[in-house]
Amino acid sequence: MVERERIHSVAFDSPEGAVEAAHLFRAHGLEIRDVHTPFAVHGMDEAMGLRETRLPMATLFGGVLGCCLGFGFQAWTHAVDWPLNIGGKTNLAWPALVPIGFEVTVLLAALATVAALFVRGRLLPSLTGRMPTTQPHARVTDDRFVVLVAERDGSFSPARFHKLCERLGASEVLDAWRVS
Amino acid sequence: MIAIATTAEEQLIPGNPSYGEITAEIARPLERKPGRSWWIAITITSSLLALGAGLIIYTIMTGIGTWGLNRTVGWGWAITNFVFWIGIGHAGTLISAILLLFRQRWRTSIARAAEAMTIFAVMCAGLFPLIHMGRPWLLFWFFPYPNSRGSLWVNFRSPLMWDMFAISTYLIVSLLFWYVGLIPDFATLRDRTRGFKRRVYGFLSLGWDGSSRTWQRHERACMMLAGLAAPLVVSVHTIVSFDFATSVIPGWHTTIFPPYFVAGAVFSGFAMVSTLLIITRKVFALERYITGRHLENMAKVLLTTGMIVGCAYGTEFFVAWYSGNAYERFTFLNRAFGPYAPFYWMMVFCNVIVPQIFWFKWARRTVPVIFVASIFVNIGMWLERFNIVVTSLHRDYLPSSWSYYTPTMVEVGIFAGTMGLFFTCYLLFVRVAPVIAFHEAKHTVSEQMAGHEVGSHG
Repeated sequence: MVERERIHSVAFDSPEGAVEAAHLFRAHGLEIRDVHTPFAVHGMDEAMGLRETRLPMATLFGGVLGCCLGFGFQAWTHAVDWPLNIGGKTNLAWPALVPIGFEVTVLLAALATVAALFVRGRLLPSLTGRMPTTQPHARVTDDRFVVLVAERDGSFSPARFHKLCERLGASEVLDAWRVS
Repeated sequence: MIAIATTAEEQLIPGNPSYGEITAEIARPLERKPGRSWWIAITITSSLLALGAGLIIYTIMTGIGTWGLNRTVGWGWAITNFVFWIGIGHAGTLISAILLLFRQRWRTSIARAAEAMTIFAVMCAGLFPLIHMGRPWLLFWFFPYPNSRGSLWVNFRSPLMWDMFAISTYLIVSLLFWYVGLIPDFATLRDRTRGFKRRVYGFLSLGWDGSSRTWQRHERACMMLAGLAAPLVVSVHTIVSFDFATSVIPGWHTTIFPPYFVAGAVFSGFAMVSTLLIITRKVFALERYITGRHLENMAKVLLTTGMIVGCAYGTEFFVAWYSGNAYERFTFLNRAFGPYAPFYWMMVFCNVIVPQIFWFKWARRTVPVIFVASIFVNIGMWLERFNIVVTSLHRDYLPSSWSYYTPTMVEVGIFAGTMGLFFTCYLLFVRVAPVIAFHEAKHTVSEQMAGHEVGSHG
């Protein structure tokens, strides 16, 4: 059963305001859907209770894959598929394979990192010039810091919520702008 | 004298502008119509580009015989230019990646322009080996794919093959790094524009909505890419130096080449960044973001790397003498006192003598001095590559085959064409993307306002 959910968005003019709000809302048992900011605000991860991203695992995966592919393919062509006697050296003269092996490692690690960022962040191109609809404030890429609070059940008290917002000095509060 | 005011605890972005002001000031050059100077500049640069393109077509249709190369000097301007442009590109990666890893916050204001420069410079560099092949339509022979030539594979042990992998990896990773950093900025521009522009920026910003979850991943991805780009940039110029060092030519066959080339690349790249940013900050009134402190730091890098390069010149001579090898000794004496001696001493003047002025604080703080010195270094570093390539070749083991190399107008024109390509790309870049990252500038200001000691090592 899909739960009906109302979102309240609270806008601030400073990153500190948004961090403080995230802390306070969570302390009051409210669920924070997300915080939209014009730049990466430090301290927001803890305030929102976000887990550390596992993105570096993608980098590691890409790097290991690239390393195996890079060295493996060179070794296979030179020593297995078409051995050539070059200056009497052994067919698997591995030091000569280091530069390309390294470059392929870096290349695949970088591609995997960016691919993981795009997939996990749902950053996808669209020909219609996709506009974000996840929050209602226009200036979030400019100078606004918007905290989205989800209203899940009956325990949510609008009066108490608005009091909190007032105490935090929010510059704008939009109630229930989206029902999903 | 245009001296820049200096204080001990100078802020990176003085005056703590509001976030809205930062957006407006950095976006301003993109939002107003280009001025007369921009039109004049792009007319000149695109004319050069057209000239270069025409001469490349002429070279490909006629052959490498249109150049001044001969049987003794097989590498001339094209390889010189190739190494020169790759070197220019390296400062971009150094600033964006290595300074990010070292948490040097002063990089913020100059990183974007430097990264753009990297990409354009690598594009220019990549052209030269391509046209130097003589039959560029056979480029696909470089690719290791199952083919009809007996499935004969490429020789992965060849430094030229290493080169191709290094440079294409470098171009791709630099592009990724640049684009990932640009996504939030494209979103800012999307939210400021309307109509067609909004659609284009909307497409490029991939639906960026400033979510903190995405920011967290974005920041981590940038750190990862920086961690990958830092060893990559060292490997690229190392591999470029292998083109020479793995040969048996006196003057090339030396173990000092990889570190010497990397230091030279940083040196020339920082010179080009200084040249470009001094013009950019003036034209677009971005002095608040690219401050005297940034220029002073770059001058310090020029001084340091200039001395590393100078030390390498001395070491080369010492080792040539110490080796006891007659050919090695002759090559270096010939480099300094032979027919190309004027170029050698011009190089020493530009690269070793000129940067010494940066020992003085007033020089590091005087914009015209930095500008002129950076031009000298640009010229000097081009001459360094010319000296390495040509003077090592033109008098080989057999005096009967000695010769002298001068470029033809075709070679000069193609080099001018790459200058045109580089500056045309840069002029277009400053019109479509912010030269300073909005989000990084805002982050710097937020830290300044929070009272953190920002970039105390700057």
